[in-house]
Amino acid sequence: MCCSEYLAIFKKTVAMHEVFLCRVAAHPVLRKDLNFHVFLEYNQDLSVRGKNKKEKLEDFFKNVVKSADGVLVAGVKDVDDFFEHEKTFLLEYHNRVKDASAKSDRMIKSHKSAADDINRIASTLYTLGTQDSTDLCKFFLKVSELFEKTRKIEARVAADEDLKLADLLKYYLRESQAAKDLLYRRGRALVDYENANKALDKARAKNKDVLQAETTQQVCCQKFEKISESAKQELIDFKTRRVAAFRKNLVELAELELKHAKGNLQLLQSCVGVLKGDT
Amino acid sequence: MMAEERDPPLFTDVEITENSDFTELEDDEAAEELFVSAVSRSESSEGFFPGSNGPRAQQIVLDDEPDDLFPEVTEEVSLDSPEHEPILSDGPSPAITPITPIILQEDDDELENRDTLEIQICVSDPEKVGDGMNAYMVYKVTTKSTLSIFSRAEVSVKRRFSDFLGLHSKLASKYLHIGYIVPPAPEKSIVGMTKVKVGKEDLSYLMRTVKHPALLKDPDVLLFLESSELPRAVSTQALSGAGILRMVNRAAHAVNRMTIKMNEADAWFEEKQQQFENLEVLMRKLHASVESLVCHRKELCVSAAWFSKSVAMLGNAEEHTALSRALSQLAEVEEKMETLHQDQATADFCIFSELLGDYVRLVSAVRGVFEQRMKTWAKWQDAQVMLHRKREAEAKLQYANKPDKLQQAKEEIKEVLMLSGPRWETKVQQGERDFELISKNIRREVSRFEKQRVKDFKVVIVRYMESLVHTQQQLIKYWEAFLPEAKAIA
Repeated sequence: MCCSEYLAIFKKTVAMHEVFLCRVAAHPVLRKDLNFHVFLEYNQDLSVRGKNKKEKLEDFFKNVVKSADGVLVAGVKDVDDFFEHEKTFLLEYHNRVKDASAKSDRMIKSHKSAADDINRIASTLYTLGTQDSTDLCKFFLKVSELFEKTRKIEARVAADEDLKLADLLKYYLRESQAAKDLLYRRGRALVDYENANKALDKARAKNKDVLQAETTQQVCCQKFEKISESAKQELIDFKTRRVAAFRKNLVELAELELKHAKGNLQLLQSCVGVLKGDT
Repeated sequence: MMAEERDPPLFTDVEITENSDFTELEDDEAAEELFVSAVSRSESSEGFFPGSNGPRAQQIVLDDEPDDLFPEVTEEVSLDSPEHEPILSDGPSPAITPITPIILQEDDDELENRDTLEIQICVSDPEKVGDGMNAYMVYKVTTKSTLSIFSRAEVSVKRRFSDFLGLHSKLASKYLHIGYIVPPAPEKSIVGMTKVKVGKEDLSYLMRTVKHPALLKDPDVLLFLESSELPRAVSTQALSGAGILRMVNRAAHAVNRMTIKMNEADAWFEEKQQQFENLEVLMRKLHASVESLVCHRKELCVSAAWFSKSVAMLGNAEEHTALSRALSQLAEVEEKMETLHQDQATADFCIFSELLGDYVRLVSAVRGVFEQRMKTWAKWQDAQVMLHRKREAEAKLQYANKPDKLQQAKEEIKEVLMLSGPRWETKVQQGERDFELISKNIRREVSRFEKQRVKDFKVVIVRYMESLVHTQQQLIKYWEAFLPEAKAIA
């Protein structure tokens, strides 16, 4: 792996970590988390161990249960318009971001392959230039030099597209999934709340364990209302952040594309000038 | 002329004939001696030609280029020995066109140095003729010229692909053995393509052929361009195209390289041969890389199209109005990219890749001509050896002091000499003359070839660069239009 590729990957990783930390820091509740503070301030090695087999298995089952449950919960129509709308929106948005993310990866891969071809062409032209006994030797060497330079630019274009576009889409793929998860948790709370209501009615009807039923119902109600409140805020923030992130990245993408295209153009035009002068 | 000689060729070609044409050998003794001389001259001889009978069975080492040889080829595959009827020649045509080649005179150099030839050949309007299994494509070949060799200023004829192959094989059979570089036949897929003109250079097969001062005047070429009826090249149907021809020639070249060890007196030839060998390798490599580039650009074009649609869908789903609009603008930019990449891929291909493909074949043809020279040398050497042996035999008999035997020997020799046509001394002289002629011709041909190569590459590369410039300019336009849309997201 050559230097520029390593640099590109490094840039990517740094950016992703930075975004994550800023997110946590901006969150009203999470920013106060002790773990977060330790992470930012502890000046010695943190020695975080990875998840062991048991924990990984737990995660796996949790996901299975969640998906199954999610289907049930999603089927429940929400009274609240806001959340109902959000549910529909997020489902569609998530799927489309997923598709866009996959397609952008594909496109960038082709771009990188093309840059590699140009690299090979440049080196063959160089060999041709050194071996040719005619006027063409200068020609070939000049063109080889040009292709070397444009190839580097093309590689950078692909890397920037990766950073500004592909990573953005990947990030929002995960974000929209997280938002869906939040809705799921609220939906779960709603179902629990509704079940608690039904249980209370039943208890009152039978006049048995009414107090217990009332307590359960109250707890569920509180839980539901709390999660609804914070979810609403989170989802509104999600939109704000999303718009800001897309704006920032799309602007930077366009600016970089322009910068590279102009660079390429200059190299090409000066080369054509030299070659035409030669003939 | 060479064509009229009917002496057996001396193991020079890949004549792997199943029914061995040894009827040409006048007597077994001569055949044996050929075989002996062959063995003594080539030191490395291991390997075999299955399918060949008789004393000709030679052993040749095949380890260098195993995939280059076709041991299963049992038909006569030599195209360039005038003694045998080349398999790709038209059946009934010899009666119509003479097989005498046009030899360049000194004043023809003037023609070569002119920058523009007053002739234009255009291949267009592919038309399907017939249906089902027997269907084939027919092309319109239009020649416009002010040159006096043409009967009319403008003439159009209909030709099919096998006609092109037939023309090439006729020219090859006439000119290769005297060292003229005959342009290789075009690929079937590009015959009807009109995009072969770059700047003032027309790189098509026919134009390349007529740029050669001798070929321009060749009666077969004129017939091809002007005659409304052309006898069908029947045997070319058997081979599906120029590709197989080339593979077979490469086999022949490989064999020749191994069997003929020439004492090169002229360093120029050795140097040039090496140069062209290297050039062929590099042309192939470059061609492969450019083809790969074309492929990836096409991929990029397709994935940009998909991405564009995907982003458009995302834009539709997006609630925020300004962002939604920006995303659909992005989708439009990517859609334009698709067209841009497509155009660039076409340019990559039509301009650059095609030229490289042509030159891979052309350089191969040049190397073929060098090999012809080697064969001509071998023939000359063999004549010398034969002459020497005959004289030795004569001398031996003289000293053996058997006057009656001597008389008998003299009669035998006379008989042999009578039956074998021209005397060996003449053969030696002829061989030397042929060798000198081909050497002279090759020098001139190579110089002409290099001049054309320089012109072709310069013109094509500049055009290719210009296409790249255009692409970048378009890119700038698209992104400049998009940037304000992205900034407008609030």
